[in-house]
Formats: sequence, C-alpha cells, structure tokens
Amino acid sequence: MTDDNTVLPTSGNLVIIGNGMVGHHLVKTLVEQGDASPWTIHVFAGENRPAYDRVHLSALFDDQTPEDLCLSPAQWYRDNRVTLHLNDEVVEIDRDHKTVITAGGVRQDYDALVLATGSYPFVPPIPGHDHENCLVYRTVDDLDAIKRCAGNAKRGVVVGGGLLGLEAANALRLLGLETHVVEFAPQLMPVQLDETGGALLRKEVEALGVHIHTGMKTELIDAGEQHTLRMNFEGQAPLETDMIVFSAGIRPQDSLGRQSSLELGERGGIVVDNQCRTSDPAIFAIGECALWNNQIFGLVAPGYTMARTVAAVLNNQAGDFTGADMSTKLKLMGVDVGSVGDAQARTAGARCYRFQDEVAGVYRKLVVSEDQKYVLGAMLVGDCDAYDTLLQYMLNGIPLPDNPASLILPAGDAAPALGADALPDGATICSCHNVSKGAINDALDGGCCSLGDIKDATKASTGCGGCAALLKSVVDAGLEARGVEVNNHLCEHFEYSRQELYHLILVGGLKSFREVRDTHGKGLGCDICKPAVASILASIHNDYILEPEHVGLQDTNDVFLANMQKDGTYSVVPRVPAGEITPEKLMTLGRVASKYDLYTKITGGQRIDLFGARLEQLPLIWEELIDAGFETGHAYGKSVRTVKSCVGSTWCRYGVQDSVGMAIFLEHRYKGLRSPHKLKFAVSGCTRECAEAQSKDIGVIATENGWNLYVCGNGGMRPRHADLFATDLSDQQLVQLVDRVLMFYVRTADRLQRTSVWLENLEGGLDYLRQVVIDDTLGIAAELEAQMEVVRERYQCEWRTTIDDPQKLKRFRSFVNAETPDQDIRFVRERGQPRPATEEERSDLIETVSV
Amino acid sequence: MQWQHICTREDLVAGSGVAALINGEQVALFYLPDQSPPLYAIGNHDPIGGANVLSRGIVGDVNGELVVASPLYKQHFSLLTGACLEQDHVSVPVWEVKLDGDKVLLRPLPAALNRTGT
Ligand code: SRM
Ligand SMILES: Cc1cc2nc3c(=O)[nH]c(=O)nc-3n(C[C@H](O)[C@H](O)[C@H](O)COP(=O)(O)OP(=O)(O)OC[C@H]3O[C@@H](n4cnc5c(N)ncnc54)[C@H](O)[C@@H]3O)c2cc1C
Ligand code: SF4
Ligand code: FES
Repeated sequence: MTDDNTVLPTSGNLVIIGNGMVGHHLVKTLVEQGDASPWTIHVFAGENRPAYDRVHLSALFDDQTPEDLCLSPAQWYRDNRVTLHLNDEVVEIDRDHKTVITAGGVRQDYDALVLATGSYPFVPPIPGHDHENCLVYRTVDDLDAIKRCAGNAKRGVVVGGGLLGLEAANALRLLGLETHVVEFAPQLMPVQLDETGGALLRKEVEALGVHIHTGMKTELIDAGEQHTLRMNFEGQAPLETDMIVFSAGIRPQDSLGRQSSLELGERGGIVVDNQCRTSDPAIFAIGECALWNNQIFGLVAPGYTMARTVAAVLNNQAGDFTGADMSTKLKLMGVDVGSVGDAQARTAGARCYRFQDEVAGVYRKLVVSEDQKYVLGAMLVGDCDAYDTLLQYMLNGIPLPDNPASLILPAGDAAPALGADALPDGATICSCHNVSKGAINDALDGGCCSLGDIKDATKASTGCGGCAALLKSVVDAGLEARGVEVNNHLCEHFEYSRQELYHLILVGGLKSFREVRDTHGKGLGCDICKPAVASILASIHNDYILEPEHVGLQDTNDVFLANMQKDGTYSVVPRVPAGEITPEKLMTLGRVASKYDLYTKITGGQRIDLFGARLEQLPLIWEELIDAGFETGHAYGKSVRTVKSCVGSTWCRYGVQDSVGMAIFLEHRYKGLRSPHKLKFAVSGCTRECAEAQSKDIGVIATENGWNLYVCGNGGMRPRHADLFATDLSDQQLVQLVDRVLMFYVRTADRLQRTSVWLENLEGGLDYLRQVVIDDTLGIAAELEAQMEVVRERYQCEWRTTIDDPQKLKRFRSFVNAETPDQDIRFVRERGQPRPATEEERSDLIETVSV
Repeated sequence: MQWQHICTREDLVAGSGVAALINGEQVALFYLPDQSPPLYAIGNHDPIGGANVLSRGIVGDVNGELVVASPLYKQHFSLLTGACLEQDHVSVPVWEVKLDGDKVLLRPLPAALNRTGT
C-alpha cells in the first residue's frame, strides 16, 4: 500500500470501471447531486450497451427488448457530460501513474477510481464445459446466445438449481425446450430453503414439466448420440442434451484487483472498508466485486447502498456501508418464494415454527430468537403474503405477538398484518433505494400528496418493485394521518370513483344522468362527470346516445357523431372493418369526398378519414355513405375503434389462419361498445405480426392451433407491449376471454384510462386478471358475458338512427335562425386538397373578399 | 336596444346549446330548463381555440358557477359573465336573453356591462 496518510483528492478525474447496475447507480447519484460536482466522470463499460436492469433480464423472454431494460440511454450520459466508453474493457490499472489502460488502447488518468466490475458466472471446470453449446445466463448477449442456440435444440439442461438456475430453466421452458435442471445439492435452492421448502418447490416446478435431478455431480461433457451433448455423472446414468446453461453460482470479477495488487479475499473479492475503499485509498470497489467483512452481496440493493456511500465520500460527506439485509422475495415459475434473515435457523438457540399445507402447496417457517421475543428469519414457499410483515418484524426488532405462530398460520385466525402505523420511523420500506418510513413521512410533509409524488421524490419502489404494496399502505396511512382524504372522486359533483359509480348505476338500474346525479351527486355536473356517466350508461344499457336525456352529456364529438377539428369543422370516418374494402366502396368514398371537397387521408387505423365537413354537411355526407352500405366508425367515441388486420392465410404464404376473417368478425362483434377510453384491436396471421397486434388493447396472433391472445398493449404517448394472456385458443374460447376482459375493464377502470394503464394499476396485475377472467375466481364471468351480450344486442349505427330522425337532424343546423354556413371557416389548397387556412392566410383571404 | 326574436323554444336543445346569428354576430344559446333563468347567451367564438364552437360545448357548474366548456381545449366560460375561468383577461361577450311564451328574444347587453366591450 502507498502512503497511508494520502488523502483522497476531492476533485479531478473520476474513473468508474464497469457500467452495470451498481456502477450506473453511482453515476446517477453523482449527477443528481447537481452541476457543482467537482468530478469529471469517465466510465468504461465492458458490455456494448449502457447499463441495463439485469434483475429483470429474464423479461427478455417475455416480450421486453433490451431497450426496455435500459436504465439511462447513452444520450443521458452525454447530456450530463459523463464520458461513456462502451465495449472497451479496462485491462490494466497502473497505480503508480494513476492511469487505467483499456483493451482498445485508451489511457485515462484518474484522481479517484471506482471498481464496479460485478461478477461472472462460475462455470465448473468439467471437461467439455467449453463446447459452443455450453452457455451462461448473465448478460443481454448471453440471452441472445441462448435464444440462438435454442432455435436448433429440443432439450436443454441447466446446471444449478438455485435462484438464477431456476430462472434460466424457465427461460428454456418458454423457448419450448424440454427442460432439465441438474443440481449438486440434494434439493433445490439450497441457499435459501430447507429440505421441506425445497421439496415443495420441486413439486411445483415439476408440475410445469421441468425435470429435476438433484444430488448429481457432472463429471464429463462429451458428444451425444440422440442429442448434441452427453452429460456423464458420478454414479448415475448419463443425460443427453442439445445445450447446457451453467448457473452454478457467481464469482466476483476481481481480476483488475489482482493485476494491480489490491488486497483480495481468500476466496476472491476486492476487500473494502466501511467507506468501500480498497487497500489503495484512491481506489474504491462497489457491488458484486467488493468484499466487505468477508461477504459478497449478490443483490442489487446492497450494491446501491455501496454506490451511495462512495458518492458521499467523493463529495467529502460522511458515508458508511455497514452491511445489508439479504432477504429476498421472488416468483419462480409461478411459485412465490421468500427468504427473510436467518431462514436456515443458524443462530445459536434459534427456534422454529412451521406450517405446511400440502394441498395448497404452501410452506411457511418462522425462526425466532431463543427467548422467543424476536423474529430472526422466515422461509416462505407457495405464498409470500406474510413476507412484508415478517421482514418488518425482523428488520425493526418488533417484539413478537403472544402467539408467534399466528404470524404464519392461514388467514382467519392469523394475526392481522402489521399495519403501517406499527412500523417505527426508521423502518426501511424500500431497500433498493434505502427509503425509510421516516423519509416518506418527510416527503409527505414536504408537499407530496400521492403515491406518484412519493415515488418521484424518494424513488421508493422504482427498483425491483418488491416494496410496492408496503409503500402504498405507508403512503395511504401517512396521507390519512395528515387529514388528506385519499381521494379518487370523479369531480366536485360526485364523491365516488368511476368504478364505484359504475356499480351504483348498475345495481341501482339507473338510466339517466339526472337519476344518477339526484341519487348520488350534487350540482349540475360538468364536462368531466357528464361524459363519464354517459359512457357508463352506454356501457350498461347501450341506448342511442342522442336521446334527449343523454344529448347534453356527450362531448361535442359524440353529440355530432364526428371529430371536431381545430377550425370547428369535422372529420368523417366510416367503418372499414379490418381495413378490407371493395373497389366500389372505395370509389364511393372518393366520390363523396370529391363532391363535398373533403381532405382525404388514409389513417393509421386502416381506414379513410374525410376532413373539413361543416356541421350542416355531416348528415348529407352520411346519408350518401349509409346508402352505399357504410356505417359509423365511432372515431369520435371512447369506444371500439378499429380492428387492424394483416392479409393472413388467404393470400400470404406464411399465414396460418384467416386473420382478415377473424378481424372482421371481431370488429362487428365489438363495434359500438363504449368504454372508459378507446379500444383498439389487431389480428395477425402469423408470428411475423404484420398487424402489430402486440401494441393493441386486444391483440390476436394466429398459431398453428388457433389464436394467441394478447391484452393491454398501447401505442400513443406511453407505448406498452401487450401481455400474452392465453394461447392456442379456439374461436369460441377467444371471444369468451375477450368478452370477459373487456367487460371487466369497462367495470373497473378509471375514466379515460386505457387498458394498459388499467392493468398496470390493477392490484395483482396480470395474474389477477387471469384469475378473474380465466379461473373466474370472483364468480362474475357469466355476468360479464351476459352484459356484453346486452351491449351487442342493442348495437345500432348511430348515424343511421340520426339520419332517420328529422328532430335529431335539427341539431346539425349551422344556425337556428339562418341557413348560411359559418363564414369564418376558410380553406386554402395544398397538394391538390383543401386544408384550414392559417392565421395569416386567413387575413389575406378576408381582405381580398372585402375589397 | 330592441329585443329581437331569434327562434322558438323548440329550436333549443335542453341541457345543451345551439348557435344563432344576430346582426352578423354568432351567439351561443344555452337552454337549462332546471335553472332560473333557463336561458343564457354568450359569444359563439372561442377566443382561445379561434373557432366558432362554444355552442357545442358541455354545460355544467364549476364551484357553483354556470359554465360551458369549450369543445376544443376545454377552458370554461361563465354563462353569466362570459369570463374564462382558466385565463384572466380572456372573455366572450354576453347577451340578454329571455323567453316570451315560446319565443326566444335576445338583445345586446349595454356595452358598459360587457367585459369584452364588443
Ligand atoms: C386519424 C388518425 C391519424 C391518421 O391520420 O392516421 C388519428 C387522429 C386522431 N387521434 Fe389518434 N389517430 C389515428 C390513429 C392513432 C393510432 C394508430 C392506431 O390506432 O393504430 C394511435 C396509437 C395507438 C394507440 O392508440 O394505442 C393513436 C393515438 C392517439 C392518442 C394517444 C392515445 C394514448 O393512449 O396515448 C390520442 C389522444 C387520446 O386519445 O387521448 C389520439 C387522438 C386522436 C384525435 C382524436 C385527436 C383529437 O381529439 O382531435 C385525432 C382526431 C381524428 C379525427 O379527427 O378523425 N390518438 N391514434 C388515426 C385514426 C385511426 C382510425 O382509423 O380510427
Ligand atoms: C438473471 C438475473 C436475475 C437477478 N435477479 C435479482 C433479483 O431479483 N434481485 C437482486 O437484488 N439481484 C438480482 N440479480 C443480481 C443483480 O443483477 C446484481 O446484484 C447486480 O447486477 C450487481 O451489479 P454490479 O454493477 O455490481 O455488477 P454487474 O451488473 O455485473 O455489472 C458489472 C459490469 O462491469 C463490466 N465489467 C467487468 N469488468 C470490466 C472491465 N475490466 N472493464 C470494463 N467493464 C467491466 C461488466 O461487463 C458488467 O457490465 C440477478 C442477476 C441475474 C443475472
Ligand atoms: S402476419 Fe403473417 S400472415 Fe400476416 S401478412 Fe405478415 S407474414 Fe403474412
Ligand atoms: S425494494 Fe426494490 S424497489 Fe423498493
């Protein structure tokens, strides 16, 4: 070590090696401390992309893209004047000259250096382990390689039955491989679980078709006969496979520490002190490469804490890393697994309570101190509901209740969950971002007044997301304590949420806004509650929306059955189901557009929009369209818009089902359904997905055996990939599920909430939606279907009804007392079509007219 | 100023608005049978959206004040004073309006009482 008294400089070049989750967190913390940072930051990244969310790596098998996982794009580094060298590993640290040297030949001087090189997967040195079909599971590139390899494989083996191994096994399973897990220990997840827990987990995983082999020691990998490879085991029959994924633990990436003679642990890891300083005071190490108190922390939260510690130290503030809790909660192949504190009861004198339900597949173990006063740890398999409570008991040393077993007994006679009030101020609510209950209360005092505000202000629940439920209860309790009503009222006229109002209207059989207001509201109503109630009434009764009692409720677009444009004119969008249109109909559209001189455009929804119709022209235009067989396209309503389609099996050489036929069928089935927000569908004829179904509220993709259903996608402002909801459905199964999903959305969503946001806010998320819709856990499926039936039966083309009613047509006069059109509407021509005149063009036009 | 006969009650739409033309100016007429008085008339031109559309907005009340929400960008205009609730110094003209039997009668408010002075 150099001079012990060397004090760390407090400014200059800061070099960070490694741009993983922890390295990135350090940059982010420093950047957020403000412009005044005395450090010029240089980051060297071994991977070819900026830091991404490794914790959610497996989401890449679940429709997410690497971009979705990106923590901050390269542009963010540029914007914050951080130099980021991608794909350039540091190969040497020259401590004498305080310089790092990269494989690409870059030399960079440092005043302070941080090693955030993470860890690498341990591959046991079994002969044959270097075959090209032997892979690991750590980076985006690794997953690409796995996908590629799986393309030609039928069977895959994961070596290692720990947490990551099971994640990898699930990935192989999703890729359609016959999946095997080979574990050296006699049980799965030996680190977190005991024998009983491991056995239960094994049963659940095997039920998914994954083959588990425990107590197996691999000795040799050589060429197979049926498959590419053969694994030979000590004292066991061999197993053939096409590929192997090693997930046998991680090792700290400490080679630079070794190269530059920093102090290392006996079994690896760069030794650091409470400030995360290595044996060279100018060099720090954080994250999975750092060894603190002889421990490596293989979780992201402790790494983040280390990053914040170093950020503080670099800014000359106090920072201390004093260890971290390693409790974890996760879902493995649909099985909840939780491990709190000393789950293995290693503490001297520890005592255990156990509860096991073999029928439901639930196992809970509570570990308490010798004096039976405190929780030391817990193990949960099959159901993690008790996790938050047990974790808080353990972390905060909350004294056990009189009957400790009640903490793990099934609900009913169980102790109530620990309320937010019972937690001390110091209780950690979010361990990823180290946010305590006290910090949340401070933020509430500082003016935050919603869960969203709190997330923005404290970052709580923006990491792994595991703390979401607990955070919500703490925030709600905090708001309540401050006399803030946790308010989801529709507006000043209704003290109910949309969902509550929906139920009141449904149960009360209410039919008009007046009835609803008189029984449940006050005042006259406004432009928020009127359309919302109109939409609810329409979803339940599907009356003609221009009945006298409804007409004043509708947004102008609904009143005039057309979309208002910036100059007060309207657009006309007839329905073109699935985008299929006969040449005759196409010519009708052309003829009508040309007759009324309407700007004509193909929309993004596979239909044709005619713009610039004046109010009094709308009925005339529609009369001609209806005569030609068109009907309203509901482009104006919060309702079903279009069902996009690709050409499908009828023409396309790849199509496996008739996507156009299905799209037309769906469009006719659901047209006219009014909902909290607009609804878009698409149907693709094969997985090439030309109809972009995965960006729709309801997406349908053909398979060899039927249809895959995707739900809750969104384009627009915040795009969201739809979630795969059910696979290989028959036509009947498909519409049954769509009926239920849509009606459940209609019932429970907020006003103007697209399905994407609805699902994200639905407690229990996709799993819960599946339970309600597929397993019918609420027992409402039949009701939902029946309600859809009512809506479908009452469908009418609103334009046809309107054209047929002279009284209604009066609404479309420009003026009640004059036949003249609105003289202020002025067009100019551009590219052969009319468009609204701009402000300047308008004054020119008026002048020429008046002279 | 004289009261002018604009239209009859059956030209109006209960709970909503229609447009009328008076001396070349566009007026938005609102008919709220529950309220007293039941008739309101303000300019049809939305000064923020820049189009003649206020008659096509949703009527209601905001903190007890009768308003119409512009269908373009949803600002609220008072049916009594023509003032825009969201933007100071923006307002639309107001007319006096009444029912005489089934006849709808209208006359400009004295300029001094009209915020816009038009
Ligand atoms: C005409 C069209 C653009 C075009 O020229 O292609 C269009 C035009 C409008 N869109 Fe759109 N959208 C059109 C396709 C889309 C698409 C693409 C699609 O459907 O495949 C999207 C993204 C997909 C999605 O919705 O998930 C889209 C996302 C939006 C959004 C953002 C929604 C969101 O969830 O973020 C709005 C705003 C809103 O609804 O609040 C919007 C709102 C509008 C409005 C209604 C804005 C308005 O209030 O005036 C536009 C008036 C339409 C009119 O006057 O006829 N439009 N809009 C398309 C009509 C499709 C149709 O045939 O019905
Ligand atoms: C599939 C999977 C699931 C996981 N799930 C969870 C979970 O649920 N909860 C949890 O807390 N943790 C989980 N983890 C662990 C978590 O991802 C890690 O704890 C975390 O990523 C550690 O961050 P790090 O920055 O220390 O290391 P890393 O994220 O590994 O980053 C280190 C980076 O440094 C780079 N590097 C290495 N050497 C050099 C060099 N010489 N020059 C330049 N760059 C270099 C590497 O290329 C790498 O990009 C999971 C990990 C995986 C793989
Ligand atoms: S999605 Fe498939 S069937 Fe449809 S057009 Fe594309 S390739 Fe053809
Ligand atoms: S604990 Fe991970 S986000 Fe809060």
